[in-house]
Parts: sequence; structure tokens; C-alpha cells
Amino acid sequence: MSTLVKFKIDGVECMAETGTYIVEAARENGIYIPTLCNIRGVKPRGSCRICTVLVNGRPMTSCTTPITDGMEIENNIPEINDIRKAIVEVLFVEGNHFCPSCEKSGNCELQALGYRFKMMVPRFPYNFPVREIDASNPKIIKDHNRCILCKRCIRTIKTDEGKTVFAFKKRGLHLEINVDPEMGDKFTDDMAVNAAEICPVGAILLREKGYQIPIGKRKYDHVAIGSDVEKIKI
Amino acid sequence: MSKPIVATTSLAGCFGCHMSVLDIDERILDLIELVEFHKSPIDDIKKFTKMCDIGLIEGGCCNSENIHVLKDFRKNCKILVSVGECAIMGGLPALRNGIPIQECLDEAYLNGPSVGRNKKHIMPNDDELPMILDRVYPCHEIVKIDYYLPGCPPSAELIWNALVALVTGDELKLPYEVVKFD
Repeated sequence: MSTLVKFKIDGVECMAETGTYIVEAARENGIYIPTLCNIRGVKPRGSCRICTVLVNGRPMTSCTTPITDGMEIENNIPEINDIRKAIVEVLFVEGNHFCPSCEKSGNCELQALGYRFKMMVPRFPYNFPVREIDASNPKIIKDHNRCILCKRCIRTIKTDEGKTVFAFKKRGLHLEINVDPEMGDKFTDDMAVNAAEICPVGAILLREKGYQIPIGKRKYDHVAIGSDVEKIKI
Repeated sequence: MSKPIVATTSLAGCFGCHMSVLDIDERILDLIELVEFHKSPIDDIKKFTKMCDIGLIEGGCCNSENIHVLKDFRKNCKILVSVGECAIMGGLPALRNGIPIQECLDEAYLNGPSVGRNKKHIMPNDDELPMILDRVYPCHEIVKIDYYLPGCPPSAELIWNALVALVTGDELKLPYEVVKFD
């Protein structure tokens, strides 16, 4: 039996079922908490830290923290928003994110967060790492320059037997996500499409597809990321 | 009171950001009422002869001449603005940053598909030519930059809003659709 609990986000009284993750509970109450590695319906990972909120004064990732009765959550406050903006900036300088030439531009969640936080320039120095583009797979192209290692593809793209298709390779600074080359036909066209869609940045691209949607009609050309959540009023 | 003086330049850029300045359309008439243009490709003034208030920088630094011009701008402008992705992060020219410089030159002058007419395999190497840098540098890694206008190019709206804000001292208006990285 589920029970409803009361909690507050930025002083606003909210209600959700106990055990719901904060980010989902907030969404149900029409409050947007920015996320990047999180995908609805998939076990949360808490790796990007963008969804950090203050829970009773302590910083916690809202995608992995279940709601409990009487929680006081601070979300849209300058201190937290600056941390989030800093994370976006770190991700921009850590890889090679050339928005003007990227197929994902306009539909990219990292870019959309940059827009939402009005990032004019990262506060950190650009790293310009030397990374490869892996075009060995017949269905997709894996651009390590843009990968933010969110693990979305590893966590969601699975075969009928429940095996993952994507996996980490190497370690530390050299860590990258690769497709299992032994997968062959088990990596179906549908899975490739899903993988390209689930990737928040332009690190997984479908072959021979790109720039399909004209500028002005892309997902984040006119509306900010999260504005769909904020429209819900109960 | 005399009008604020604006200087502009294109370093390792494509002049797209300057084109975007022209995209303010008929407001360009308001702009010349508002400011005076000094050293700029728009009026073809080549040398600084007086102190400027605002310097708009397009493009990053890919060679020694870019560095020289940028430092000259810093010396002669009170406020420097990085305009566009190239000035901010190197932009498309910075795609070569992971490639050794010799490889870049070989591709450009010896091995590229369009260099068949360079039968003598000449690599440009004249004292008059600026030296190419080891990589493309964002402007703020060379000199202090005061403001940044992202976009490829930044929309005319963003450039206009920024110039008006700088000249009038009012707060910069940044509606969602004005700040874009592409």
C-alpha cells in the first residue's frame, strides 16, 4: 500500500507517494529539477550531479534520493544553480564540444542546459583532449569527443536476453564507451535508433543521418529544457 | 558628450559574425547615431589613432598576427567583447587542435585532394607570413576579455542588445531565443 507524504520544495507544499525519487516527485508537482544522466523509468545512476538539491540543508542527488515525509528541499536557489552551471561548464571544457558543427545541436540536452543557465563562456580553461571517432560499427558512429560518460546507453540499450550492448573500455582519463563488436546482428536497427535518441549529446549518431531537422524546428530552439515540466499545474 | 567609439576585427574567423552585425538591418542607421566606428573592416580604418570604448573580436587566435592584433585591441579598447564561438573557444578552426601542426600543413599543401597543382611541393615559408600557432587559442587565453556573446554567429538581436546595453549602461536583455551556441 502506498502512502502520500508531504514535503516542501523551495517553500512550496508538495505531495507524492513515499519512496518516489525527489526528481520525479518534483516533476509530479510541476517543479523542474535539471537532469542529464537520468532517464525516466530506468534505474537512476546519480553520475552527473546536475540534479543536486539541498535536502534539509545537505547536498544530495535528487534522482537517487527517495522522498520522505517532511523533507525540506531547496532547488531553485542561486547557490545550487551555480553548482549546476559549473557542472555544465566542466562538461563543455572536458571534451570537444563544437556546437556549430554538431549533428545533435538544437536537440542536445547538454547544450540546452547551457542555454537554460545562460552559459556565455565556461569559467574553466578548455582542455581540447585528443580523442578518436569510432566508426567501426555498421549502424552507428561513436564520437568520443562528445561523450559525457553518463552511462545512459549502457543502462538502457539491452538485447532480448538482457545483455548490454554498450560498455566501458579503458580507465580513468581514457575511459570511453564502446559497442560490443561481437554483438553483430543482435544490435538491431531499432536499438541503434534508441541509442542515438537516448544519448543526451551527439556522441552516438546514426549512420548517414544528420541535420535532419532544420534550424528553428529543433527541440530546444524556442523552448527551454524543463519548460514542459513547469507547465504542469495541479 | 562624444559618441562611444567601437572597433571591430576578425581574427581566425569567417566574417560571419560581422555579417551578423549587418543583420540588424535598418537599425544600423540607429547604430551610427549611437556610436562612432574606428578601426574595423566595416569602414576599412587600418590603424588605431585614438582610444576606443568597445572592441568586438571575432575569431580565435591561430597565428602570430592574430595575437598581435588582439593585443593591439586590448591596448586600445576599454572593453573587449569576444563575439562568436571562435573567439570564445576557437570554434571550427580549433578542430585541428588534436592534430600535430606538421600533419595539418602536409594535408593543406602536399597531400590534400585539392593541391594537385602544387607540383613543386612548396610549403609557404616566407618571413612576411604570420607563423601558425601550435593550436588555436580562445581569445581569453591570450588577453583579458570582458564580455562574451556566444553563437555561430551570435544573432543580430544578441549583438544589438549587447551594444545598446554597453552604450546606455542598461542591463543586457537575454531572452531565451537570443543565446544559442550554433
